[in-house]
Amino acid sequence: MQFGVFTVGDVTVDPTNGRLPSEHERIKAMVAIARKAEEVGLDVFATGEHHNPPFVPSSPTTMLGHIAARTERLVLSTATTLITTNDPVKIAEDYAMLQHLADGRVDLMLGRGNTGPVYPWFGQDIRNGIPLAIENYDLLHRLWREDVVDWKGRFRTPLQAFTSTPRPLDGVPPFVWHGSIRSPEIAEQAAYYGDGFFANHIFWPKEHTQRMVGLYRQRFEHYGHGSADQAIVGLGGQVFMRRNSQDAVREFRPYFDNAPVYGHGPSLEEFTRETPLTVGSPQQVIDRTLGFREYVGDYQRQLFLIDHAGLPLKTVLEQLDLLGEEVVPVLRKEFDSLRPAHVPDAPTHASLLAAAGGATDSTVRAVDDVTGKAPEEAR
Amino acid sequence: MTRRTLAVVSAGLGQPSSTRLLADQLAAAARDELVRRGAEVEIRPVELREHAHDVVNHLLTGFPPAALRQALDTVAAADGLIAVTPIFNASYNGLFKSFFDVVDRDTLADRPVLIGATGGTARHSLALEHAVRPMFTYLRAVVVPTAVFAAPEDWSGDGAEGALRARIRRAGAELAEQVDRRPAATGPADPFALTTSFEELLAGRDPA
Repeated sequence: MQFGVFTVGDVTVDPTNGRLPSEHERIKAMVAIARKAEEVGLDVFATGEHHNPPFVPSSPTTMLGHIAARTERLVLSTATTLITTNDPVKIAEDYAMLQHLADGRVDLMLGRGNTGPVYPWFGQDIRNGIPLAIENYDLLHRLWREDVVDWKGRFRTPLQAFTSTPRPLDGVPPFVWHGSIRSPEIAEQAAYYGDGFFANHIFWPKEHTQRMVGLYRQRFEHYGHGSADQAIVGLGGQVFMRRNSQDAVREFRPYFDNAPVYGHGPSLEEFTRETPLTVGSPQQVIDRTLGFREYVGDYQRQLFLIDHAGLPLKTVLEQLDLLGEEVVPVLRKEFDSLRPAHVPDAPTHASLLAAAGGATDSTVRAVDDVTGKAPEEAR
Repeated sequence: MTRRTLAVVSAGLGQPSSTRLLADQLAAAARDELVRRGAEVEIRPVELREHAHDVVNHLLTGFPPAALRQALDTVAAADGLIAVTPIFNASYNGLFKSFFDVVDRDTLADRPVLIGATGGTARHSLALEHAVRPMFTYLRAVVVPTAVFAAPEDWSGDGAEGALRARIRRAGAELAEQVDRRPAATGPADPFALTTSFEELLAGRDPA
């Protein structure tokens, strides 16, 4: 099972001292968090994608490319890549490039984005959210699997004899997760392609997650990708820990009370009861997290949100120490012992390569416009 | 015997509240008429005061806490709705509006609704017609013609047995009539149900 962190990349005032980090500090902090995640033994770092203040990560592959160069083992992912407002051609190119640079340590999670004004900035309309996600991904899926694509759709200019370069590393496209909170069409989409399904599982009640994962598993089996319990499921989660649970509650409360999304709304106690948020000791986080399995089944990836709402970098790095030293080793052991042998691990480049029967050089040789010959023939 | 449920939403803020009193009398009148028509009736009160914080939390977080979920399900599963608000500043109060703001879209479509209001003066009575009725019309509910406003004088002396009483009976009968001509409610729609196949979703891809 994979464990990691995902970040929204918000620039938020620290409510305990009124300090607002600069964009530069926040960007560097995200890199520090990713490197620390690898250092403490986590498997995955995923960044959000946003195109409006107070968020900084507008250019995920730039950031992930940089992190790739400064890490060895960490899988780099997104949470989420906007499949609605990004051109699928550019996603195909950018993430294939990243995949080469990171030697395969890349997957991505697609999402629609829920900020209405962002859509028209990229020539789209939020009312087309689902049709955009369906059409754009269908094209992206083809661009990574077919060397030459002819295509026509509703939302972008047609393609004739188009080749997306570079071709995926070893001929194996990056694994794709589809993220959604409550749109059954997206669970259906993930199931149709045999891709992964990721449930946000932070700001909403567990019933949302349970229903969506249940639907995804059932449809995954329907489309013949394996049995329902072999479907590839990822979950979010939100934690704040101190060795002593009262300390955790006392320290986290001002961040909770003023947080974007739920701040100035329910109390910390209400929100902890109604959603998967856990504020307490490492043991409480272990117990709560193991409980997720009871309503989604054996799953493959657990990502924690630990760095939002103005929490200072130092505190976030301490959270990573606790995750790496006390929480994840126990979760890894417990989840592994509970999971039956026929339930797969999260796909990685290595496992996808093995399933494909080994690497193929997928490079597409250009043909010279004038001579009609490939470069090596034209010499 | 047909089984019918009436959800009775009251946005009164005091305890006891005259808004709840009016709501209960409207519910009783509708029930009496439904029983006369041979139905078995269950009345399910929803006192919004008890859910006030949860309504605000729902507005902020996008999901209802468990107790509010129950209240919303009660409304969604009812055969008929009685909705009563005090009039503040010439309109429904904020709690009443906020509650209906978090009711899922389409929930009240074709649902028989009886509206009522209370206020400090009879001069507020038309708020039912220019504020409350249009909101339910927007939600595509079937609002019965008689809306019932109770001013302070209606509760005293002759009022209790006079015009207000007659109006309550007429409004209750109108709601019962609308409920009676519809099949029993099937409960809230499942927001997680998939209503189209993926092939259909994909087929929308190319308009040609």
